Amino acid sequence: MLELVWRSARRGLRVLAVLAIALGVALGVAVSAIHRAALDEFEAGMRGVSGSADVEAVAPGGMDERLYPQLARLPDVAAASPVVEREVGVESQGRALRLRVVGIDLFRARDVQPTLLPPPDAAARLMEPSSLFLSPAAARVLGVRPGDGLDLLGHRFAVSGLLPAAGEGAVLAVADIAEVQWRLGTPGQLSRIALRLREGVSREAALQRVVAVLPPDVLLQTPDQALERADRLSRAYRVNLGLLALIALAVGSFLVAATQASAIARRASEIALMRALGMTRAQLMRLLVGEGVLQGAAGALLGILFGHGFAALVLRVMGADLGAGLVTGVAPELVFDAAASLQYGVLGMVAAAIGAAWPARDALAMMPARALRAGVFAPRVRLLGDRARRALLLVLTAAGVAAALAPPVAGLPLGGYVAIACALSLAILCIPWATAALTARLPEPASVPLALALHRLRAEPAFASRSAAGMLAATALMAAMAVMVTSFRSSVDRWLGDVLPAEFYVRGDRDRPWPHDVAGRLEQVPGVERVEPLRHRTLQLGPDLPAVALIARPVPEDAGRVLPRVGPLAPPTDLPRVWASEAMADLYGWRAGLQVDLPLAGRTVSVQVAGLWRDYARQHGAIVIDLAQYRQLTGDELTDDFAIWLRADADASAVAAGLRRASGRGDTLELSSSADIRRLSLGVFDRTFAATYALEAASALIGLAGIAAAFAASAAARIGEFGLLRHIGCTRRQIALQLAAEGLLTALPGLLLGLLAGFVMSALLIEVVNRQSFHWSMEWEVPWMLLLCIVLAMLTCSMSAALLGARQALGVQPVRAVRRGD
Amino acid sequence: MPLDLDATVLELRALSKTLPGPPLRRLLDSVDLSVAPGEYVAIVGESGAGKSTLLNLVAALDRPDSGSVCFGDDDVSVLDEDAATLWRRREVGFVFQSFHVLPWLDLADNVALPLALAGAARGERQRRAREALRTVALEGRADDSPTRLSGGELQRVAIARALVHRPRLLLADEPTGNLDADNAERIAALLRNAVKTSTACGLIVTHSAAVAATADRVLRLARDGRLHRA
Repeated sequence: MLELVWRSARRGLRVLAVLAIALGVALGVAVSAIHRAALDEFEAGMRGVSGSADVEAVAPGGMDERLYPQLARLPDVAAASPVVEREVGVESQGRALRLRVVGIDLFRARDVQPTLLPPPDAAARLMEPSSLFLSPAAARVLGVRPGDGLDLLGHRFAVSGLLPAAGEGAVLAVADIAEVQWRLGTPGQLSRIALRLREGVSREAALQRVVAVLPPDVLLQTPDQALERADRLSRAYRVNLGLLALIALAVGSFLVAATQASAIARRASEIALMRALGMTRAQLMRLLVGEGVLQGAAGALLGILFGHGFAALVLRVMGADLGAGLVTGVAPELVFDAAASLQYGVLGMVAAAIGAAWPARDALAMMPARALRAGVFAPRVRLLGDRARRALLLVLTAAGVAAALAPPVAGLPLGGYVAIACALSLAILCIPWATAALTARLPEPASVPLALALHRLRAEPAFASRSAAGMLAATALMAAMAVMVTSFRSSVDRWLGDVLPAEFYVRGDRDRPWPHDVAGRLEQVPGVERVEPLRHRTLQLGPDLPAVALIARPVPEDAGRVLPRVGPLAPPTDLPRVWASEAMADLYGWRAGLQVDLPLAGRTVSVQVAGLWRDYARQHGAIVIDLAQYRQLTGDELTDDFAIWLRADADASAVAAGLRRASGRGDTLELSSSADIRRLSLGVFDRTFAATYALEAASALIGLAGIAAAFAASAAARIGEFGLLRHIGCTRRQIALQLAAEGLLTALPGLLLGLLAGFVMSALLIEVVNRQSFHWSMEWEVPWMLLLCIVLAMLTCSMSAALLGARQALGVQPVRAVRRGD
Repeated sequence: MPLDLDATVLELRALSKTLPGPPLRRLLDSVDLSVAPGEYVAIVGESGAGKSTLLNLVAALDRPDSGSVCFGDDDVSVLDEDAATLWRRREVGFVFQSFHVLPWLDLADNVALPLALAGAARGERQRRAREALRTVALEGRADDSPTRLSGGELQRVAIARALVHRPRLLLADEPTGNLDADNAERIAALLRNAVKTSTACGLIVTHSAAVAATADRVLRLARDGRLHRA
């Protein structure tokens, strides 16, 4: 029976190792599959709008439609099609989604964007007033059919039919271009002009001639550049989650190492017998690593299944952006991601193979003759020699420092990740020294079990190295994430205080700016002290980079009063001044004092960068300009949002009711208090990091399972030792105490080094990874109490894990135990 | 030292043990045995006859179906696990076939283990461990690691450990089973000498006729579960 329990426990540990690999593979596959689905959706939509265009002239802020005939008449252009498009919120039969509304010229689109055209027999109805056609996906999600009505842009449209050529992925509505311009309130404005070049012309030369006629705020982009931009939108978020997947795989690898060590200890005599019978070292290595690869393959298969299942769930619940607010639309269709499955499946098997190879080295070093003799001990854990270890430490330190200082590669903080891997490896390499230093400094305890535990770890610091590696990685991950998330959260909290100085914020509809007189009406509401209008525009500063936000708002002389400024301030010049977010500095090289050109209202305006400010809301860049200055430069008097300050004695709810009445929108007015926005923002922040908390908890469990597995392995090899101790008068409790103390002493160096590595990793996450991925800085804040709780919990769990791992061995009767030794 | 056969220290009375089946197998059938202080008794028998079971019953590591194991005035067969453990710690020294020397303790610490368990001070433990190592001709090796020792040397360490706390009962289970003839002879002599120079009584289970011949009395455990004079 004991044997059965023991075998079952071993199976349990192997299952855990397989699950640990599966966790890493699943996370990587899920993130990739979600991204692939989102990108496919974007590509389907984009291809539909771009059609067979070779290139497009685009202006997120809109362009004058008089540009269209200029481009269409160019000798290099075979066909041109003007497009007005906007993504708008729409509700029908209780269902809501973001719908891309595209206005086309039926006769022009025929040559460039045939997928946007209605069936030939219904095409003429596109030009009827209030008529639109829906893609099949949009009609399905909205629950409408041809003949139904649809409220859009404050108007009731008639759904005249479907767009069968739009494809399944596209969620869009097509109407006549003039109708859309009118409903959007942007007469004479275009979003893009799709161009097809004549066959046989030199593409480069033709594009140069096209660019020559474009105003400064209009960019030329190819469909591939648009895809690249969409890919960049979520790349940093995706790659960071990918890194977590790799750390999970590394922790899984440690668990495979621990379970394989357990198997090797148990099968020492069997392995020795095979060696004696003629199995070569290479064959033995292949056998043992093959076992690990099998575990990895099982984990990879499970991970691929879990990953796709998880991706389907996330797409259904959160959308394609994992809740980050980057992509909108209906839940994209999930397809099997073969490339990611292969990539992470292989990574899972490699991680398991590395985990298996580590203890296999011990088995190779075992002398068959000795192992076959009765009573000889399990293979000793072999580690690098001191000289090799020192050399490796130096190499890793140098590589880590160099990687941390390296610039991003293609916008990704690859150097930061390499530095994190170096920090983790350095800490793991230091475990034997830390264990030796710790046990050497501890005084000889009076208690025999404690003394035995101390002696054992003094004699075998290498044991601690393998047992505590998983624990170290898990602790480092938890500590790094705890420090980073705490620093980030408190920085966001302070930032919200800075950017939300008013009591109330009125948010406008981006598709319909507020009329000019609304500010005055809002100011008349009793209890209102001051109303500040805000205008939001987008600027496309480069064809490959996502659009930049331009925020026009009143900025006082001392901009620090309304903006969370960072870095130096440039002395004023004659040029208009703008304040750039940190992302502008990283992505475009802007710095205080620099003179830059902005495409505003169809012309290029030179401005001075007065300084930088911290912006956690727009990772692709934001520019703040004084509202009066903006209006003077552009003549744009419209307003999107209002910030509203109340008098000290004002009744907030009465003022809110007054604002709703004065706005003319009543209950539909999007009015939020700064406290609500703050609570909502922090709620989103916490939800975004919820997945990482779950991953940290899983890593901690895997780390503890590693300790349990290592002690199970050790206990299997030490059954004879426990039997002897029982024979000569050790009680069961004393042996349990010895094992608990060994668990504590094994875990402690791993925990301390894990904490240290965690601090280094958090610094790398804050100063390198976050900075290069999202382009924002934050103030360092260490949650000491949380870290103390983590350490105490992990120490307690380590002792329990050690006892749990050794439980079956302790249960063996002393008589049988010494005989098994025989 | 002359034997005082009237001062019995170990007495087995009608000791019976049956192996659970099916089929049930009676290993010991009303075994009676008295051993005097300083007496050295060898038990021989075929493999599987129950010799080691007998030794385990004597050490209170197993319980008989019936009968008793009296040591002095106490019946150790009725002790609970903790009491039996404390009794072994105080009164019994063990020698095993496969030595069971802990690889991560030096020789002195290995030998001193029973003293440590008994709560002796470190200085006292070290002194007596080194003294015990001297009696097995391993003086000067107290700080060595067991991994450097041969099988014969390891068994001498195990004997030193079995004697260091001056037990009144020395139990040895096939102590020469893993040794060559020369070492087996040397270990057998050491064990006999250990019993004869102390007040302990010794019980040794062996297959070796040569080792059994060093005992004061040789008993054969037969297939019928009874002890017979060999």
